[in-house]
Amino acid sequence: MTDTWVDGNELAGPLREIFAVDVTVAHGQCVHCGHRCTLAEVRVYSRAPGLVARCPSCEAVLLRVVRSPARVWLDLTGLAYLEFAAP
Amino acid sequence: MARAAVLGRLTWRVATVVAARDEGEVARTLVLDVPGWTGHAPGQHVDLRLTAEDGYSAQRSYSIASAPVDGRLELTVQRVADGEVSPYLVEVALPGDSFEVRGPIGGYFVWRGGDPSPVLLIAGGSGIVPLMAMIRTRSANGSRVPFRLLYSTRSPATAIYADELAGADPGLQVAYAYTRHAPPDSPRPPGRLDGALLAEAGWPAELAPACYVCGPTGFVEAMADLLVNQGHAADRIRTERFGGTT
Repeated sequence: MTDTWVDGNELAGPLREIFAVDVTVAHGQCVHCGHRCTLAEVRVYSRAPGLVARCPSCEAVLLRVVRSPARVWLDLTGLAYLEFAAP
Repeated sequence: MARAAVLGRLTWRVATVVAARDEGEVARTLVLDVPGWTGHAPGQHVDLRLTAEDGYSAQRSYSIASAPVDGRLELTVQRVADGEVSPYLVEVALPGDSFEVRGPIGGYFVWRGGDPSPVLLIAGGSGIVPLMAMIRTRSANGSRVPFRLLYSTRSPATAIYADELAGADPGLQVAYAYTRHAPPDSPRPPGRLDGALLAEAGWPAELAPACYVCGPTGFVEAMADLLVNQGHAADRIRTERFGGTT
């Protein structure tokens, strides 16, 4: 069996380029179904030009991150919120 | 709740191979000298980048296998049939060669030594690597937190770290599930890691052990379901899936 996704731990490095804290331990809520989990638990599809994170409950897209040598695009429209421990 | 650490900028550092050793038939460990590295938490990973002379670069994530030591880390890389990075690390890299790493990365799949709960580690194939970092850290710190490891591997020849695990102290109990070929002295015939073995060699759910499961995605899904079915709370189960094949 070949698996096509890994989990949100894979996001830790790419998102450390953008955020000052480790986002994979933050809780997020899915806009589509309301499921709440840590970003480490989402499904990440990485065999693409960028990273696509999907809800482990309803599989809707939560987050996309694409980078070129000079620019980064971060799409968070699938997340109602992210909740962090305060720094 | 613990406050979040504001992390420094994630920078690429030069890593130089100082030693390499084969791990069974299926993997190779690289010992890396990384100036400026200030340790890590067991379970964390690094991003590793190879850059060709023409500027083309390829980047992958690898779990750290070693206990934290300043300036030094070990990666154990599984032999795979194809790929851009792993074949180089397993077949080609020699002492003196260098590439870039950044990290440590990831705060979720991490064992914090301050938690006194018993620990249940469940490994599928090379999913043993970050769990070995936890085992080695427990040992290096003289921790008396009791650990149990359930390790699913095809055969004795594919088991990584078998000698080191066999010599572990009594605080670490190890049970193998050999999926294809079991050694003659194995207490079980070949087969998948199932609920019976989990119930026998794991911890009872009443002890609320901290559970860490790492392996191919399908394996991790199956093990997380087994744990929940045996009464373990979902928030005591931490998982790391690395895709790949089962």
